[in-house]
Amino acid sequence: MRSKALAADRATPRANAGLRAAAWFAVLFLNLPILFIVLYGFTTDDQSYSFPPPGLTTRWFGVAFGRADLWSALWLSVSVAFIAMIAALILGTLAAAAMYRFSFFGKESITLLILLPIALPGIVTGISLRAAFDLADIPFSYWTIVAGHATFCIVVVYNNAIARLRRSSPALIEASMDLGANSLQTFRHVILPNLATALLAGGMLAFALSFDEIIVTTFTAGQQTTLPIWMFRELVRPHQRPVTNVAAIIVMVITFGPILVAYYLTRDTQDVAGSGK
Amino acid sequence: MPQTSIAVSFRAVSRHYGAVKAVDDVSFDILDGEFFAMLGPSGSGKTTCLRLIAGFEQPTSGVVTIHGQDMAGVPPYDRDVNTVFQDYALFPHMNVAENVAYGLMIKKVSAAERAKRAEEMLAMVKLAGFGVRKPSQLSGGQRQRVALARALVNRPSVLLLDEPLGALDLKLREQMQVELKAIQRQVGITFIYVTHDQGEALSMSDRVAVFNQGKVEQIASPAELYENPKTEFVAGFVGVSNLLQGEAAAAVTGAARACSIRPEKIHLAPAGSATPDNAMTIEGEVESLLYLGANTRFDIRLPGGGHLAVMQQNRGTHYAPELGTKVTLWWDRRHLMTFAG
Repeated sequence: MRSKALAADRATPRANAGLRAAAWFAVLFLNLPILFIVLYGFTTDDQSYSFPPPGLTTRWFGVAFGRADLWSALWLSVSVAFIAMIAALILGTLAAAAMYRFSFFGKESITLLILLPIALPGIVTGISLRAAFDLADIPFSYWTIVAGHATFCIVVVYNNAIARLRRSSPALIEASMDLGANSLQTFRHVILPNLATALLAGGMLAFALSFDEIIVTTFTAGQQTTLPIWMFRELVRPHQRPVTNVAAIIVMVITFGPILVAYYLTRDTQDVAGSGK
Repeated sequence: MPQTSIAVSFRAVSRHYGAVKAVDDVSFDILDGEFFAMLGPSGSGKTTCLRLIAGFEQPTSGVVTIHGQDMAGVPPYDRDVNTVFQDYALFPHMNVAENVAYGLMIKKVSAAERAKRAEEMLAMVKLAGFGVRKPSQLSGGQRQRVALARALVNRPSVLLLDEPLGALDLKLREQMQVELKAIQRQVGITFIYVTHDQGEALSMSDRVAVFNQGKVEQIASPAELYENPKTEFVAGFVGVSNLLQGEAAAAVTGAARACSIRPEKIHLAPAGSATPDNAMTIEGEVESLLYLGANTRFDIRLPGGGHLAVMQQNRGTHYAPELGTKVTLWWDRRHLMTFAG
């Protein structure tokens, strides 16, 4: 009680002017570019991004709607990200469970190998995957993109899952078995519900990483064009430039939903998990 | 005396971890309906024995039986025992009622029956109406009761308790000791209770097994354990240690054998006083005294270099020496405990 009162007292004085200015600068620095992307989605100038825009129009939304290549790229990215996320959720959770539960020879080395794809520069992962696919005579396809993305998606799911496992008491599993539940029932009724929010967070992060990935994709895609690759090509070609911005706006609107949902789903559980310790 | 059957039996059981002998060739029986305590310092093997009964560990050698059945290879979920864990291990994502009903849910008992039995159990541990709360909203004592209800709702034949009161404060601990004993009488099932607190073991148990370095030193009723410890270790671990060794022991017994005498068995008298015929007598000097309200504790320095603690009730009629006084100590010959080796 007393420490809470003290904390409240300390929070009351206003931060000094310099700190406030720095904070506002940081917020603007991070978010202003996003506003510009939205602004240029409405510009009448289709050759360059001049400021201020010569005029405003909504006609690029109509143009974007008619561009089949944009929609197929968007659909490809969503579908790749979704499959990569599912693969990462399954493999990442299993890897975390194994690393948490068992100790064996070479465990530390294997942990490093799991974490490596996200530590290595994307270009190294990309080149090595391309070489590996070539050697194995695997043609580049939808599935080579998914495999490439899964390598680093697994890491974020693994990290989230193992952190949650380490924080929960190992006695929970014993308690469940003691009360008559076999391994499968224990996994379903105790381990999975305890991991749920960690997996939600890890899965969303994996989806987001895959969705905007361009470097590894460049090396592992065949004829397929994911959204980031499509955008990159559109920017290089000075033709109907604002359509790229419209695509960015669509992506922002679509991703905002899941982020809000995840925020509300995990908010309460974080409180409960934190208050016990 | 009615025929009592054996609930749990250890036959030459060992559990080794590499070179570490956590449990080393242990044999004993626990009777049906008994309140049995396993007492010992940390690392003495008592918790490993509990985990061998629960099925979380398998013996390196030897046989553990529950109601006559060999438990080799039987997993925890196929054993008719339930455990109250040291840190309670309540499921954080379930409310109290769901926690208590977990075992019934796994056994596919109907939801209505589950709710009814969970509520009955919560009432027994004095938590009626707490079903909808989350474990994180309960105090330590309340969580402990939920853990007890969650284990007992399955009506196991044996209940295992792993230092269940360790995390509670003193007052709550004493209250829970009384309640645990009452609940055990009410449900009538075997309680096996692991603790390092001798007070807990003595106050609640029918019998106590004292563990030391993976071995059982002695199994006896609390009174027997206190009055007639078989080994030096038991004498020192149970009750206030008043152990004399070497020269100090020789000054008392006339032989260099370790001996011990309980502090409340020693009488104090002015130096040179006459003592009864059956008494053993030794001179000493009051080195310190602690006034404890109901009692006073004297520390007496002996000529041989040893010390004896003397506990005397403050009745106001006893001889009460001051600091530094030379005194005569005497006790009934039968109360001296001597140990071989």
